[in-house]
Amino acid sequence: MRNLTNVSHKDKPLKIEGVGANKKHESAVQHVTGAALYIDDKVEVKGQLHAAIGKSAYAHAKITHIDLSAVKVAQGVVAVITVNDVPGQIDIGPVFKGDPVLAPIDAYVANSGVVEYVGQPIFAVAATTHELAKKAVLLAKIQYQALTPVLTVKEALAQQSFVRPPFSMQRGDAISAINNAKHQLQGEISIGGQEHFYLEGQISSVEPTEEGGMLVYSSSQHPSEVQKLVAEVLDIPLNKVIVDTRRMGGGFGGKETNAAPWACIAAILADKVNKPVKLRLSRVDDMEMTGKRHPFENNYHIGFDNEGLIKGANITVNGNCGFSPDLSDAIVDRAMFHSDNAYYLEQALVTGNRCKTNTVSHTAFRGFGGPQGMMTIEMAMDDIARYLGKDPLEIRKLNLYQQNERNTTHYHQKVEHNNLAEIIEQLEQSSDYQQRRQQITEFNQNSPILKKGIALTPVKFGISFTVQHLNQAGALVHIYTDGTIHLNHGGTEMGQGLFTKVAQIVAQEFQVSSDTVGVSATRTDKVPNTSPTAASSGTDLNGKAAQNAAKTIKQRLIAFAVEHFSITAEQVKFIENRVQLGEKELSFAEFVQLAYMNRVSLSATGFYKTPKIHFDRQTAKGRPFFYYANGAAVSEVIIDTLTGEYKLLRTDILQDVGASLNPAIDKGQIEGGFVQGLGWLTTEELVWNEKGRLLSNNPATYKIPAITDIPADFRVELLKDDPNREQTIYNSKAVGEPPFMLAISVWSALRDAIASVGDYKMSPQLDTPATPERILFAVMKVQQECSLKKLVKDS
Amino acid sequence: MQAINLAESLNLVSDNHHYFAPKSANELAQLLLEHPNATLVAGGTDLALLVTQQGKSFEPLVYLGNVAELKQLSQSKEQISIGAAVPYSQFTYLFEKPFPELAKMILRIGSTQIRNLGTLGGNIGNASPIGDMPPALIALSATMTLQKGANKRKIAVEDYFKDYKVTDLAESEFIKNITIPTLNENQQCKVYKISKRLDDDISAVLAAFCVELTPQAQSVASSTNNKPQIKSIKIAFGGMAAIPKRALLCEQALLGKTWQQSSIDAAKQALLKDFQPMSDVRASSEYRLMVAQNLLQKCFIELTNGVYDQKQVIATQVIDHA
Repeated sequence: MRNLTNVSHKDKPLKIEGVGANKKHESAVQHVTGAALYIDDKVEVKGQLHAAIGKSAYAHAKITHIDLSAVKVAQGVVAVITVNDVPGQIDIGPVFKGDPVLAPIDAYVANSGVVEYVGQPIFAVAATTHELAKKAVLLAKIQYQALTPVLTVKEALAQQSFVRPPFSMQRGDAISAINNAKHQLQGEISIGGQEHFYLEGQISSVEPTEEGGMLVYSSSQHPSEVQKLVAEVLDIPLNKVIVDTRRMGGGFGGKETNAAPWACIAAILADKVNKPVKLRLSRVDDMEMTGKRHPFENNYHIGFDNEGLIKGANITVNGNCGFSPDLSDAIVDRAMFHSDNAYYLEQALVTGNRCKTNTVSHTAFRGFGGPQGMMTIEMAMDDIARYLGKDPLEIRKLNLYQQNERNTTHYHQKVEHNNLAEIIEQLEQSSDYQQRRQQITEFNQNSPILKKGIALTPVKFGISFTVQHLNQAGALVHIYTDGTIHLNHGGTEMGQGLFTKVAQIVAQEFQVSSDTVGVSATRTDKVPNTSPTAASSGTDLNGKAAQNAAKTIKQRLIAFAVEHFSITAEQVKFIENRVQLGEKELSFAEFVQLAYMNRVSLSATGFYKTPKIHFDRQTAKGRPFFYYANGAAVSEVIIDTLTGEYKLLRTDILQDVGASLNPAIDKGQIEGGFVQGLGWLTTEELVWNEKGRLLSNNPATYKIPAITDIPADFRVELLKDDPNREQTIYNSKAVGEPPFMLAISVWSALRDAIASVGDYKMSPQLDTPATPERILFAVMKVQQECSLKKLVKDS
Repeated sequence: MQAINLAESLNLVSDNHHYFAPKSANELAQLLLEHPNATLVAGGTDLALLVTQQGKSFEPLVYLGNVAELKQLSQSKEQISIGAAVPYSQFTYLFEKPFPELAKMILRIGSTQIRNLGTLGGNIGNASPIGDMPPALIALSATMTLQKGANKRKIAVEDYFKDYKVTDLAESEFIKNITIPTLNENQQCKVYKISKRLDDDISAVLAAFCVELTPQAQSVASSTNNKPQIKSIKIAFGGMAAIPKRALLCEQALLGKTWQQSSIDAAKQALLKDFQPMSDVRASSEYRLMVAQNLLQKCFIELTNGVYDQKQVIATQVIDHA
C-alpha cells in the first residue's frame, strides 16, 4: 500500500488480558444476544437447495427392492442420490473401512444391499426447501428382508462379533496375584452410552466453486478430515476443497468424525446439480443417525489384602461399538488406559473387546472411553470398602499411585509429578468430608425414608492423542499495518474458549491487548493438515503452534530494531502495547508500520508437535501420554428409598489445570464437564427396543440435566501454585475432558446412600444411568438381602 | 400474532389454510358446528410438536386464547373455577392455599415458557395418559362444563376419559371450564410426580390422593381405637393405564377402614389388581407398580407425620430438603 493508516503515538492504555487473565469468551456477547452466526443462520445464496436423508427402518436387513420414483417427482425435489451416484470413494471410515457414505445397494457387490442399523442413510434428496426435502424422503418404497441383528454386548461376545480384534495390556501375573491375595472380589457393571446433545445439530452447507471444487461450511471438529473425505467421495484433489468452520454450537466429540457424512452427502448433491446444498439434520434424525458415547459392560476380578491394598486386578472392558470401527479401537484403548484411574494395580491384566452390534456406530465423546474405563475400578474401590467395613475414601487413598515407587501403570508409563494425594488431602479438608460423613451417618440413622450419601473420587486423565501423529498443530499469524493481529490455527471453536485462550497467548508474546488479536473461521486453506480439536488437546497444541508463529515474527521485529536503531536485542522490549527501543519508545502500531516500511515480513506460520510420547501396541508398552491432568470431587446426595428419586445437594471440586491460561474459562469447562458427566450417570438414558430402534430419540424422552439438577451448593476451585512440570504452553494443563469424570463422585455417593440401607455392609449394584428406577431397585435389593441375612441369623 | 389475535374475531384464510380466533363462547360454538373437524389450539405446546416433528398440518385451526368465557377465573369458599384456556402461570396461584401440593407439582410441569402457554383445558382435552393434571383433578372430584352449540353439560373429569386418546367429547363440542371443589376440614390431598428428571420432564407416574379421615379428638394418645377411620377416599394415577384412572380396588380396600399401616398394606395389594402398566422409555411396568404402592405408603406417612407425636416427623421429600 502507498499510504499507511493513521495510528496514534500514545496507544490507548488497554489492558493486555494476556495469559492468566479472566478474559471473557471471544463470542460471549454474540452468544448471549444471538448475534453469533451458526451455519444455519448464514444468509442463503441464490439457488440454495436443502437436503434430507432416507434412512433404514431395520437394524439388520437386506434391501430386496428400492423404488424412489415417488421421491423423484415429489414437490420441490431437484435431485435424488443413492450410493450409485457417488463419483469417487464410497467408504468414509476415518481410520478403518466400514462406513459407506450411503448404504451399498448394488446387487453385484459382495455384502451389498445390507443395512446395519436403524437410521442408516440409504439415499438423499435435494429440494427447494427443508420441509419439502423432509417430506419427499418419506415417499420411498423400500422392501427389506430382515436379518437377525446383534443388539447387546452379551450377544456380540457370545458370537465373537467384533469391529476390531481384542487387545490386552498387562504387567506381572494378575491371575496368580489375585488368587494369592488374602481377599478376592468380583463385579460387573453395565454403563450406559450418551447422546452428545450439542445444541446446534449436525449441519453442512456446500457451495460448488468455479473450478469444480467445493466450499464447505461444516460444523466440524475436524475440518481437514471433512476436506479429505469430500475430495475422496467426489474424486477431486484436496486442493479443490475448502472447509470453513467458524464455530460449533457444541461438539463434545460428536463432530469429530460424525460431521463428515453430512458434508459428503451435501457435496455429492451439490456436485450433481451444480447448486449450493445445505444439509441440516433434525434432532430426531441426528439422534438416530449419529454415534454416541459407547455403552460398556465391564467386569473386574481383584485380590487385595486386609487393608484393602490391591495386589492383582483382572479387568475386562467391553465396548458396544455399533456397526463399524469408526474410532472405537482408540476409544476402547483409552478405556483400557484408564482402567486404573488413579490407582496402582500391582499386577494387572486389562482386556478390551470391541463389540460389533447393529446400532449406529458409537464415536468420540468427552473422555473418549476414559470415563467408562474408570467406572470399573471406582466400583471396585467402593466394593472393597464395603467388604472390609471401611470408608471408601480410605481405600482410594491407600491405592493411589505413589511418588517414587508403585508409580508405573499397566501400560508401563511412569506416573510423574503426581499431585493427587495432595489434591485429595486439600479437598477432604476444604469440603469437611470427615465431619459431613459423621453427620450423614447420624442423619441416616434417624431418617427411615430419606438417606444421604457422600463420596470423594479422584480423576487422573492422560493427555495426548494416543495416535501419535495427531499430536501436531499449525498456526498462521499476521500483523497488519495498524498494529492489529490476525490469528488462525488448526483448532476449532465449539464454545470451549479455544480461540480466546490462543488469542491471549499471541497477545502475551507481543504484549498487546488480546482484544487486538482477531480470530476468524478455521479454514483448511489457511492452516492445512490439521488434527481434530479433540482429546482435550486444542489449547496445548494450537496454543504452542500460535506461540511459535508469533515468536517467529517477534524475532524478525527484534532483528530489524537491532539493525535499525543500532541497539542490542535486550534493549528491545514489548511492554503494554508499546515497544521500547533503547532510549526511544513507539506504540506497537507505530513500530509495526516502521517495520513494514523497512520491508519486514509480518506474517508467519507456526508448528508444534508434542514431545516424549510413544506407544508400542505390539508390546502394549510406552508413554502414550505427555502428562496427566488430575482432579477430585466430593458429592453429597439424598435419595428417597420409596421412589428412588434423588437430589445432588453439594459438590466440591479441586482441579489441577497447571498454570491456568484463563481461570474463568477453565472453571466454565470444569462446571460444564461435571454437569455433563452428571447427566451421563443419572438422567440421560438411551433406550433401544428389541428391534434396535432408539426410543429415546428426542428431548421429550432423553433428559439432559436441567438447571435445578446442578447442585445448589457447587464449589469449584483450581489447584493453586502447581504449574505443569512438562513444557506445555505456559505450563498450563488441558481441561476439556478431565472434569467430566469428576461426576463419578455422584454415582459413588448414590451407592453410598443406598448402602446405608444395609448398614454399609453390602455394596449395591448400580448400573448407569442411575435413574430413580435403578436406585429404587438397588435399594430394594439391599433390603431383601438384609432381611434374608436376618432370617438366616434368626434361624 | 398477538397483535392479530387482539383484533376483532378473526378469520384468516390463506391458500387452503383457515385460522379462526373467536372472542366468545357462542362464536366458538357456532364455528365448531360449521367446522366439526377443526383443531383447537389451547396453548399448543403438544400440538406444535406434531407440526414441527411429524410434519403434520391441521385444518382449520381455532385459537381459544381470545374466548372471553374460556379465560375466566373464579374462586369461592366452595370451589375454584378455571376457564379452559387459562395458562398455568395465570391460575396456579389459586391452588396455593387450598391445594398447596398441587401448586408445587405444577411448577414441575414443563418450563416457565411452557406454563405460560399450556392450559388446563389443553391438558385434559389432549387426553394423554401421562398428562399431569387429570389424575389430580379426578382425585379432587373436579367437574367440567362442556358446550356444543347452545347446549351445556357438566361431567366429572373422571368420566371424560374413555380409552387411549378417546374421550366423551362430542363432535363440535368444547371444554369451557373446570371446577374444583375445595376440601372440607377433614380432607387432605397429596400429589406426587415421578419422572427421570425432577424438572421439565414427562411423568412416568403421577399419583393423587384425596383422603377424608374421621375427625379426631384433640388428645394425642396413640391407642389403636383412637385412630381415625377413612371416611372417603379417591386415588387416581397417570402413567399406569391408557387413561388417567382411579384405583378403585385400592380405594375399596381403604374405605371405612382404620387409618393404619395394616390397612395400607392391604390396599397396596389391591393396587396390583387395579393396574397392569406398560413398560416404555420412561419406566418399566415393575417400577410403575412398585412406585405406585410406595406412593400410597408415602401418603400415609406424610398424613400421619407428627399426628401422634410432634417429634416423630419423618422427612419424605428430596426436593424440599435443604
